[in-house]
Amino acid sequence: MPDAIEPDRNGQTVWDRVAASRQFRDLMAMKKTFIIPAFIFFLAYYFMLPILVGYAPGFMSIKVWGNVNIAYLFALSQFFMAWIIAGLYVRAGDRFDAISKDIIENALKTGNSEGDK
Amino acid sequence: MSAPLVMFLVFIGITLAITYWASKRSAGASAYFAAGRQIKSWQNGVAVAGDYMSAASFLGIAGIIAFQGYDGFMFSVGWLVAYLTVLLVIAEPLRNAGKYTMADVLAYRLKPRPVRAMASLSTLTVSTFYMVAQMVGAGALVALLLKGSGISYTTAVIGVGVLMIVYVVFGGMLATTWVQIIKAILLMAGTLLLSILVMSHFHFSFHAFFNAIGHVTYHDKGQPVVKDFLQPGLRYKPPYGPLDLISLGLALIFGTAGLPHILVRFYTVPDARTARHSVVWAMALIGGFYIMTTFLGFGAATIVGRDFIATHGGNNMSAPLLAQALAGDIFFSFICAIAFATILAVVAGLTISASTSFAHDFWTNVIHRGVERKPGEEVRVARVSAFVVGAIAITIAILLGPTANVAFLVALAFAVAASANLPVIVLSIFWRRFNTTGAVAGLAVGLLASIGLILVSPSLMAVDPPTVTGTARHLIQARAWFPLENPGILSIPLGFLGAILGTLLSHEPTSQHKFNELLVRSNTGLGAEKAAAGH
Repeated sequence: MPDAIEPDRNGQTVWDRVAASRQFRDLMAMKKTFIIPAFIFFLAYYFMLPILVGYAPGFMSIKVWGNVNIAYLFALSQFFMAWIIAGLYVRAGDRFDAISKDIIENALKTGNSEGDK
Repeated sequence: MSAPLVMFLVFIGITLAITYWASKRSAGASAYFAAGRQIKSWQNGVAVAGDYMSAASFLGIAGIIAFQGYDGFMFSVGWLVAYLTVLLVIAEPLRNAGKYTMADVLAYRLKPRPVRAMASLSTLTVSTFYMVAQMVGAGALVALLLKGSGISYTTAVIGVGVLMIVYVVFGGMLATTWVQIIKAILLMAGTLLLSILVMSHFHFSFHAFFNAIGHVTYHDKGQPVVKDFLQPGLRYKPPYGPLDLISLGLALIFGTAGLPHILVRFYTVPDARTARHSVVWAMALIGGFYIMTTFLGFGAATIVGRDFIATHGGNNMSAPLLAQALAGDIFFSFICAIAFATILAVVAGLTISASTSFAHDFWTNVIHRGVERKPGEEVRVARVSAFVVGAIAITIAILLGPTANVAFLVALAFAVAASANLPVIVLSIFWRRFNTTGAVAGLAVGLLASIGLILVSPSLMAVDPPTVTGTARHLIQARAWFPLENPGILSIPLGFLGAILGTLLSHEPTSQHKFNELLVRSNTGLGAEKAAAGH
């Protein structure tokens, strides 16, 4: 177990070595590229709903199909927005998992000897 | 014996059998607290949905839509969207780096004792508030649903309380999980059936359904009114309405990912990948459910009518009365039994998260500095504290009585989760400079700001007419100082501010040295807790 691994001569633990490795930094960059835009997008999309309903009720009351108005359709679209982002994230997650698996294998293999910089 | 009572007893019988089965598989801490980490992704997803959707969702939102139309539907959206925060930010790091509680993640790089003590306090606060709200609702509801069978509010509260204690004390996380799974399946089946019946009433014409929603008739102060229930503005009225909804949205989006009883569910699966997939399962169910509240709520408004609901138990009875109108007494009983199952699954989830936090964080790690003095002590303490927490919730719920104004307790639980728990979890995972002082300050400020702002909000501070008596009266008889019912818009920034200022004003090099460990653990799963062998 990595927990048991003591710091090496330079005072570096396995955690420090992994954190500094190329592979790990790539993983973090990939995660950030997905998660940060996705998070900002869903916040903006969600808060548009109360803001538009609260401050543009006239626009939201426009009827689109029969008695169905923009307000209802926009609220309904929120569910699909959430599902689509979740689906995209699961696809991206498969890529993250593959890299994580590699990182773990390398870390356990190199163990206490050399880092994989 | 009435039909609802028979269905209640069937559900109780099944869940007790599961508890007996689970009790034989709950030896050892990982089995008791985390079901051996062997729950499958679909199972955990369904259980998260069962843990999350309370009677407030099932009966409450249907009622809000039946009485206030579109605004009720808009209210329901945030409950699903909030799961994106759980999915993108919290579920995987938590599973990778933690063991049984959210404080595990904080304790890696920060000083464990102060951080765990505060996190445990916050967890117990959130869980107890939420539990009392559920219990008062449960008591009033069971008494209402079983009207005529002679079951009083007090009996109902004690019954619900004893059952949740039995599930948790004897069956641990495994029994809790299966109670939640069965409840979620029942809830989805009942809601789907009800939705289909509503549409068949309109001969499966959406056009006819939405046209009927455009002409909902009822009496307001004796005068007949015709309203388009798809128009916004019936609930969230200016000047503060939209702002209150935004504030609620913030509390949901940041608070759901900080609810202890939801977070502990991610420790029951084998790895982070399964945790991720289970959130998606949960989102499919929760989203499907809230979309179907369209049929439940508007169906009740158009088919049953506001006037009838108001004189037959009030807005919480909208969904059961709709079932009765569409398919008679047996279906009414079935929907009532689902409402009952819904409450039990949620309170069981709250009880296990509260008792786990007390035993693991406070007892073992704060009082005894991380050492179990005897093997099995932690589980034993958790069982005792589940009993104590349950007894406290029962007592408070009985003292408050069925008419007590408790809706604010749910708002408070979400506000504390969003303003205290979430900021420190996020900063602990993502900010290298973060330290113990920051965590303690963030938890304390978030907790106090939420409680303080709720105290001076219209939920607790208003002038009642003399006709309102007892616990139904507002606590402080004066004009509210803070105009919103949901404090999130102010308390969440305060929680973050407390955590950031606390960090910047103090110095703690060890927390930065150990950041790499948490960073690597939470992002790769290196060294994560393994699932129990077998099966």
